[in-house]
Amino acid sequence: MTAPERRTIESVRADFPMLAARMNGRPLAYLDNAATTQKPRAVIERMSRFLSSEYATVHRGIYTFSQESTRLCDEVREKCRAFLNAARPEEIVFVRGATEAINLVAHGYGRRALREGDEVLITELEHHSNIVPWQRLCQERGLRLRVAPVNDAGEVLLEEYRRLLGPRTYLVAVTQVSNALGTVTPLPEMIKMAHHAGAVVLVDGAQGAPHRATDVRALDCDFYCFSGHKIYGPTGIGVLYGKMKHLEAMDPYQSGGDMIESVSFEETTYAPPPAKFEAGTPAFVEIIGLGEALDYVSSLGWEWIGAQEEALLRLATERLSRIPGLRIIGQAPHKAAVVSFDLEGIHPHDVGTILNEEGIAVRAGNHCAQPVMRRYGLTATTRASFAYYNTAEEVEALVRGIERVRGVFA
Amino acid sequence: MSHPESSQPVKLGELYQEVILDHNKKPRNYGPLDGATAEARGHNRLCGDSYHLRLRVQDGVLSGIAFEGQGCAISKASASLMTTAVEGKSVEEVTRLKDAFLDLLLREKPADGSRAAVGRLKLFEGVKQFPVRVKCATLIWRALEEALRGGPSAEVSTESGQGPTPSS
Ligand SMILES: Cc1ncc(COP(=O)(O)O)c(C=O)c1O
Repeated sequence: MTAPERRTIESVRADFPMLAARMNGRPLAYLDNAATTQKPRAVIERMSRFLSSEYATVHRGIYTFSQESTRLCDEVREKCRAFLNAARPEEIVFVRGATEAINLVAHGYGRRALREGDEVLITELEHHSNIVPWQRLCQERGLRLRVAPVNDAGEVLLEEYRRLLGPRTYLVAVTQVSNALGTVTPLPEMIKMAHHAGAVVLVDGAQGAPHRATDVRALDCDFYCFSGHKIYGPTGIGVLYGKMKHLEAMDPYQSGGDMIESVSFEETTYAPPPAKFEAGTPAFVEIIGLGEALDYVSSLGWEWIGAQEEALLRLATERLSRIPGLRIIGQAPHKAAVVSFDLEGIHPHDVGTILNEEGIAVRAGNHCAQPVMRRYGLTATTRASFAYYNTAEEVEALVRGIERVRGVFA
Repeated sequence: MSHPESSQPVKLGELYQEVILDHNKKPRNYGPLDGATAEARGHNRLCGDSYHLRLRVQDGVLSGIAFEGQGCAISKASASLMTTAVEGKSVEEVTRLKDAFLDLLLREKPADGSRAAVGRLKLFEGVKQFPVRVKCATLIWRALEEALRGGPSAEVSTESGQGPTPSS
């Protein structure tokens, strides 16, 4: 990243129009950033300007506006490459989001060279989108899905993980950060162990990419993905990174225009990656918005982002753990700014409803991660997830809101 | 409640009324049921409410009813209050009550008689100010409907036929 300007929290908040919104007569405290993040004005205005005065399709056009659209999208692909430190821009595939990326790999890579009895290894922390595509693949192909467990704090048990890896392990799919608990997984060790066992590794970076620097070459992961809408960009766009040797060998996911070299009714030759995986007109307005979002994150810098989010996590953990009857679910030493909690005798849905009346937006539910909820004997938690633009006052508002919940149910 | 009513905006007070909080804390007819003749399970995928409802119908009369499971205060209180309201009534009476309750909660303009027909259960009307919570209040009634119709082992979900739940 280029040298970040020093920013104050006030000036950063002023970049996000939505943060000035009110909800139920109160200033909005937006604490649902793991679900999706708010958008800086730069992203909103860039997309609006493109739609108003630059809009034309990519790839096909011979005319100036179309050539310019194409150039802008190529530029964003390069930005994504740099953002992840991939070797080549061709290793960046534009998809709709993390969900589509994982399905693409399960389809295109997972269906190759599989023998009955081969194994896919995931962890107990995974989001449904990093469970179900593998489960379906396993059912279809007679493979075995294995699951590395976590301890009470929410950390992957590395010894168990090592034990589950073996000559039959075909692929490991693991999250960088748990959306339900906030655990940061020990990717470098896990990836090394997987490679040692001869498995390829997909990293679900949906919750990781927005909050910490990620270097896919240093990690040496085979696949990595993230969603634009969780990194201050638009919905409907995401990135799949894959090592070129894998992308080249993989089957296409969807088929149609823009992904072929030549078509006759007898035979189709596919275009090289990434075009092979980008059938149809891409979401190029969103691609341009994503580029702007990555620029915005870079302008703040990981150091500043990390310090803000770490401070929020520390404050929230400290303040919340002092509330009687409140149990924080997920207490790994290495966590992202996610605080998932259970209030004794009070259902998260009721907590969420009362906090909503206080203008506080949190998630109440299973966080699309039912297995990990079950691990803690719960069906749901209330989750506050922070971004660098959240404030200490919002943490205090949350604490007051929880006190009010306790008052109602006293 | 441990704090003055006035400190609470009207809306929230209508949702978490004393009766609802009481039935949430001490649900009536909670547990298994001997000699059940029908049962149904109700799930709310959005928040994970999950209940198991059992009935005993003898000579056209609901002679026993009980529920088990877990969920939010609204769904649990609704289940508890429902069981106290229907026990001992004829199946026809129960069906009329159920129809009136669902009409009152689900329709923007309920039929004239619905409000009177549900008696004290009209306290759930406040839930209508919280659209996402209407499903919580109606879940057990949908399970009751299924149990009365379906016999041995029916299942209902608040999400059936509706859009996907939000992801995280
Ligand atoms: C860890 C994790 N993986 C995958 C996803 C799926 O992302 P999306 O819904 O943007 O495809 C999410 C968020 O919903 C997530 O939190």
